[in-house]
Amino acid sequence: MGSKKQTLTGARILWECLEREGVKTVFGYPGGAILPAYDALQHSSIRHILVRHEQGATHMADGYARATGSVGVAVATSGPGATNMVTGIATAMMDSSPILCITGQVGSKLLGSDAFQETDITGVTLPITKHNYLVTRPDDIAPAVREALYVAKSGRPGPVLIDITKDAQQGTCELDFEGAAPKMRGYRPDLSPASDAYDKALAMIAAAKKPVILAGHGIAVSGAEREVQAFAERACIPVAMTLLGLGHLPASHVLNMGMMGMHGEAWVNKAIQEADLLLALGMRFDDRVTGNLKSYAPNAKKIHIDIDPAEINKNVKVDLALVGDLRKILLELLPRVAPASRSEWIERIHELKGDTAVRDIQNLPDNGHLYAAHVINDLWHETRGRDAIVVTDVGQHQMWEAQYYKHENPRSLITSGGLGTMGFALPAAIGAKVARPDADVWVVAGDGGFQMTMAEMATIVQENLKVNIAIINNGFLGMVRQWQEFFYERNYEATPLLNPNFAMLAQAYGIKSEVVKHRGDVVPAVRAARAHEGPALIDFQVEQEDTVYPMVAAGAALHDMIRRPSPIVETAEDE
Amino acid sequence: MLHTFVVYVENKPGVLSRVVSLFRRRAFNIDSLTVGRTEKDDVSRMTIVTEADPDQARRIVANIYKLVNVLLVDDITGQPALLRDLSLIKVGATQETRSQVLDLANVFKARVLDIATESITVEMTGGEEKVDRFLELLNPYGLLEVVRTGVVAMRRGAKSPTVGSKAELTPASAEESDSVSHSV
Ligand SMILES: Cc1cc2nc3c(=O)[nH]c(=O)nc-3n(C[C@H](O)[C@H](O)[C@H](O)COP(=O)(O)OP(=O)(O)OC[C@H]3O[C@@H](n4cnc5c(N)ncnc54)[C@H](O)[C@@H]3O)c2cc1C
Ligand SMILES: Cc1ncc(C[n+]2csc(CCOP(=O)(O)OP(=O)(O)O)c2C)c(N)n1
Ligand SMILES: [Mg+2]
Repeated sequence: MGSKKQTLTGARILWECLEREGVKTVFGYPGGAILPAYDALQHSSIRHILVRHEQGATHMADGYARATGSVGVAVATSGPGATNMVTGIATAMMDSSPILCITGQVGSKLLGSDAFQETDITGVTLPITKHNYLVTRPDDIAPAVREALYVAKSGRPGPVLIDITKDAQQGTCELDFEGAAPKMRGYRPDLSPASDAYDKALAMIAAAKKPVILAGHGIAVSGAEREVQAFAERACIPVAMTLLGLGHLPASHVLNMGMMGMHGEAWVNKAIQEADLLLALGMRFDDRVTGNLKSYAPNAKKIHIDIDPAEINKNVKVDLALVGDLRKILLELLPRVAPASRSEWIERIHELKGDTAVRDIQNLPDNGHLYAAHVINDLWHETRGRDAIVVTDVGQHQMWEAQYYKHENPRSLITSGGLGTMGFALPAAIGAKVARPDADVWVVAGDGGFQMTMAEMATIVQENLKVNIAIINNGFLGMVRQWQEFFYERNYEATPLLNPNFAMLAQAYGIKSEVVKHRGDVVPAVRAARAHEGPALIDFQVEQEDTVYPMVAAGAALHDMIRRPSPIVETAEDE
Repeated sequence: MLHTFVVYVENKPGVLSRVVSLFRRRAFNIDSLTVGRTEKDDVSRMTIVTEADPDQARRIVANIYKLVNVLLVDDITGQPALLRDLSLIKVGATQETRSQVLDLANVFKARVLDIATESITVEMTGGEEKVDRFLELLNPYGLLEVVRTGVVAMRRGAKSPTVGSKAELTPASAEESDSVSHSV
């Protein structure tokens, strides 16, 4: 084989390895300690996207990863550049998103001396990375890059950081790409269940009268969308989705009940509470999903299929665990699972559904009130069936999106679930658009969170990216206001927002914009935005004190939900 | 109950802090932790003693395995094993009490390292309980200074986990020792 080895600088080796590993784009921001790498970029075909804040770079890498499943790459300088990445790294860690962060570091001789812009970023990110590396010699760059990409992507994915000293970037050595292939002695991302676990699982499923599948993010990670659907259909098991599971089974599928948890559908939570078997597929029983653990699904036996043994029995004690890759495990189970019909249980679920469907406000007449539910509903109608990706921020609008946008396709919703990072949406959408240029990418952000990273509007324009932005503008830090409404006697301390004129702001960046205050204008505005060649922003000025229903209060049982006082029509017509 | 884990890790910078950081952030407490070299240059070995119920212990093992530099975790709790803790103990001893202290040291097979006018310093190696009992008996004489290394541990018998090539990275006794297998 071609054993001709080139002598290159560490900086060139960095790009060369990334390129050979298939990385096409990186998101970054330069500075002194990473300058050698930036200088070497001229020899590489990798596209560099200049961000406006390093947090943005990490969320972009994250959005890129979530849109494709491939590792997203972010680059920053030492010190403040590196620390600005912390929020994005923690976000990716919580949601098992594979990103690689590359930071410059002061020269190896200066390490530990409090040199200018020195931060111990491997120390800082130790608990929020899957793994990290401090590289002080050019020879170690290739193995670190190749291993880092492998670690980020394999097993349960997560963020990995490589901190490279300036002298390691500047020094030279021979590049031995093949020789730098990962040789890991301990790391084992490829566990599989004990063989008798399959039989036990099949027996439990066969014995169940009221089973529910809990479908999570692990489905997408594993690429098990088809297997989950086939399995649910064959065994006739209704499916409840986590927030990060949405889309991995089409919302319109007869067995798809919708979202579970704190702001999930009431009937879904009731079905879980009534179930005699829960089959958790690549989900981690987050506390937003279970409500009070003491009263969680008291009658159900539980089977947990997850690739991470540390998730087993962490929050919910299970009766059987199958540790390994979901798709592989389902492929074992599929041919052996007994076909079933479970008509009684399916009927029971329809009953539960009928009981709660009245809370739906999306079909309400306008009456001068624009509800976020209207906006999301109409956005869904206008963009469905196309290759649309909705990237949401964090707050009420995020939950309304989850409730009213019916996701038919995997990786069509990108949202920060575990960390709940405000400011995620706009940069993550940029990453998604770069990864899937033909997709119709929509940001759905609150007026609060949007302002946390809105500087990235400049990135959109500079990089000529067609990203559409819908601001759900309620003049409040709405989700916090909602908690104040329920649990703090409506003391709206520090939640009202005096906002800038978002439409004018967008124009200042060179982004087409529009303000919408009435339902009738929603669809035309969405159409106009889509038709527009460049990026577009719509400022949807919605009902200010609307509330996300239903809701399981913190500490309450899952079926104990606060419901929308109905009929909502009265409140809408009163004023 | 107290669990004892023997953890084999790659001998690389920062590995100790990764393990310690893991225990801290997962709110697992550490009773004692020792780290040292092994028969292989590139492998270090930790003995970690921690308070945990069986289920917690299993999760601790699973979490330690998530650290990329960890080669093998062996939960030797309840297994036939040698557990040793080394202590240096400086105890008050006047002319009147000196012989009593020396007698105790003799009985417990502690080595006398230093005798001064007001004190005796001994070195004691043994299982934790033995050291505890010794300290209890010395207490009335006045414990001036005590340092304990924490436990190091090793399974009894020839059967030891082999930590070499990747292929060998299966625990020696996967069938018996449920805690090192990943199926639950
Ligand atoms: C304001 C707000 C409100 C929220 N409300 C809700 C709510 O009402 N309902 C809700 O569901 N969520 C809600 N969330 C999100 C919640 O906090 C969690 O992020 C979410 O429930 C996690 O979903 P998950 O377990 O599917 O995904 P993750 O947290 O990403 O977990 C994925 C799991 O899959 C496993 N896995 C990964 N790869 C594989 C593989 N190849 N094979 C097998 N397993 C694999 C992982 O080990 C992990 O256990 C809310 C978040 C916010 C910010
Ligand atoms: C970085 C960050 N800071 C604070 C919070 C706490 N928080 C959660 S939701 C929310 C309000 C979000 O307001 P907005 O962006 O306007 O969205 P809305 O809820 O009104 O739809 C806040 C402050 C957070 N999740 N992230
Ligand atoms: Mg708001």
